[in-house]
Amino acid sequence: MQADVAELDKTEPSNRPAPEAAVDRPRLAVHGLTRDHGAGRGCFDVSFDLWPGEVIAVVGESGSGKSTLLACLGGLGRPDRGQVLLDHAEHGGVDLHHVSERARRDLLRTTIGFVHQNPRDGLRMNVSAGANVGERLMALGWRHWGRIRAETSRWLARVELDAQRIDDRPSDWSGGMQQRLQIARSLVTAPRVLLLDEPTAGLDVSVQARLLDLLRTLVRDGRLAVVIVTHDLAVARLLADRTLVMQGGRVVEAGLTDQVLEDPQAAYTQLLVSAQLQA
Amino acid sequence: MPDPMPVAEPGATALLDELGDAPPGWNFAYLDEATKRMIRRAILKAIAIPGHQVPFASREMPLPYGWGTGGIQVTAAILGRDDVLKVIDQGADDTTNAVNIRRFFERTAGVATTTLTTEATIIQTRHRVPETPLAAGQVMVYQVPIPEPLQKLEPRRPEARTLHALADYSLMHVKLYEDIVHHGHIATTYDYPVMVNERYLTAPSPIPKYDNPKLDRSPALHLFGAGREKRIYAIPPWTPVRSLDFEDFPFAVQRWPGACAHCGAEDSFLDEIVADDAGRRVFICSDTDHCAARRADAEGGAT
Repeated sequence: MQADVAELDKTEPSNRPAPEAAVDRPRLAVHGLTRDHGAGRGCFDVSFDLWPGEVIAVVGESGSGKSTLLACLGGLGRPDRGQVLLDHAEHGGVDLHHVSERARRDLLRTTIGFVHQNPRDGLRMNVSAGANVGERLMALGWRHWGRIRAETSRWLARVELDAQRIDDRPSDWSGGMQQRLQIARSLVTAPRVLLLDEPTAGLDVSVQARLLDLLRTLVRDGRLAVVIVTHDLAVARLLADRTLVMQGGRVVEAGLTDQVLEDPQAAYTQLLVSAQLQA
Repeated sequence: MPDPMPVAEPGATALLDELGDAPPGWNFAYLDEATKRMIRRAILKAIAIPGHQVPFASREMPLPYGWGTGGIQVTAAILGRDDVLKVIDQGADDTTNAVNIRRFFERTAGVATTTLTTEATIIQTRHRVPETPLAAGQVMVYQVPIPEPLQKLEPRRPEARTLHALADYSLMHVKLYEDIVHHGHIATTYDYPVMVNERYLTAPSPIPKYDNPKLDRSPALHLFGAGREKRIYAIPPWTPVRSLDFEDFPFAVQRWPGACAHCGAEDSFLDEIVADDAGRRVFICSDTDHCAARRADAEGGAT
């Protein structure tokens, strides 16, 4: 697997080789991932591959281990057992949880984007929006203020934020804008994997729709690989190619989204699908 | 103490000698020998890892935190009988803090004191580096309120230590970025963050950024003591010290729209003061010794 990844390259995103080069490898290979919080909580023995350009939704009720799983994928939590192999642009499969702390932090900044359910966890509320996005560039070694700002403006425009508001603090913004800022911050370093934890929770329906639309565009354009955790089956249906259904920390059903939602096999999935309110 | 780094290893006789000479009621230079040795160990480690904050068991001193307890302890630990001590507060030798600390060591150690930068072997300072260039063999001792440069940006201590360990300092650039956003230039004027030996991000105590270039490859030894925060760090002689900046907003020191009203200096750090009831403002040198020397030179040249 990984050899020495202590010296992960800090090149600017535009200089990296095209990600298409590695289309034959999964972006994220998860093997037997287990994180036991005790008392049956956590996630147990989860395995799946995430391919370039693919979106996987993880659905399930509260407490089913969705967020625990995502935290382990994003390097925020450490699994008790199992592997998370990340396809690094130069180094191939890198085990996120068995590299040095420095390499892990570099990976989290360059190769993985993480969008938190609560924007307060993913943003610095007391500095400007531009600094929030620019921080990841500065962490890569960008030291030209004008260039950082230009790149930041470009990304604010891409997530449909008004570039005029680059100097506003995100604490003054609406939830939908904060969520879009988080996405810009995650994507500015051109990550290979994007992890989203209930990005639409707490947003009103029209804002939700625009955010989903934006995500779909970004995924299709960027050949990004995405894991999205949600309890909203409509979100899964709209975005995801495949869906994992979790209950009690285990994956009870996995397959193509349409198949899982139209013809649920597991009893829990049937319950989940039938419990949907019909609009 | 002509040697900049005292390596006192007081055997029993040396200790007795010292006690025999000390003013009644105190050990030489106030602190007991065991404490001095502990502080010297921290200082040696700090010198070995330039810019790295070394914890030490800071003692209660007979003055409040914030008045220079860290600096006093460092000075007490390195002070020898032959040392000549200078103490400045914001550049001035005659302000309360400076006068009292100087008198403290006159009483407890009986060492010679001076106001001349060139004659001093140890200079304890609150927030200035003298204008007169320092020489090899001199020791600067700084009184530091907040040794952790990341404190305001990353309040969690363990996380801040991890950032130091990984040399992960992009956070500091976030602060400088914000400065430019709000002020159009890097508006940090004191305690301006520096990289010491291209490894550790260091707070140069709250000296004005005007003094930052004086730290770069300085022939003198710079010791920083933070009493309340219980940290000692050092910039050894000839260590590269770089002020952080952006490529398109390079580091620059302050400039003033006038010269010193006393000595006419245009190349020193100036304080702006209100001169009369009409609100007239003048600039004067912050470094009193430098100003006095320039005036003496001018008078000598005139006669």
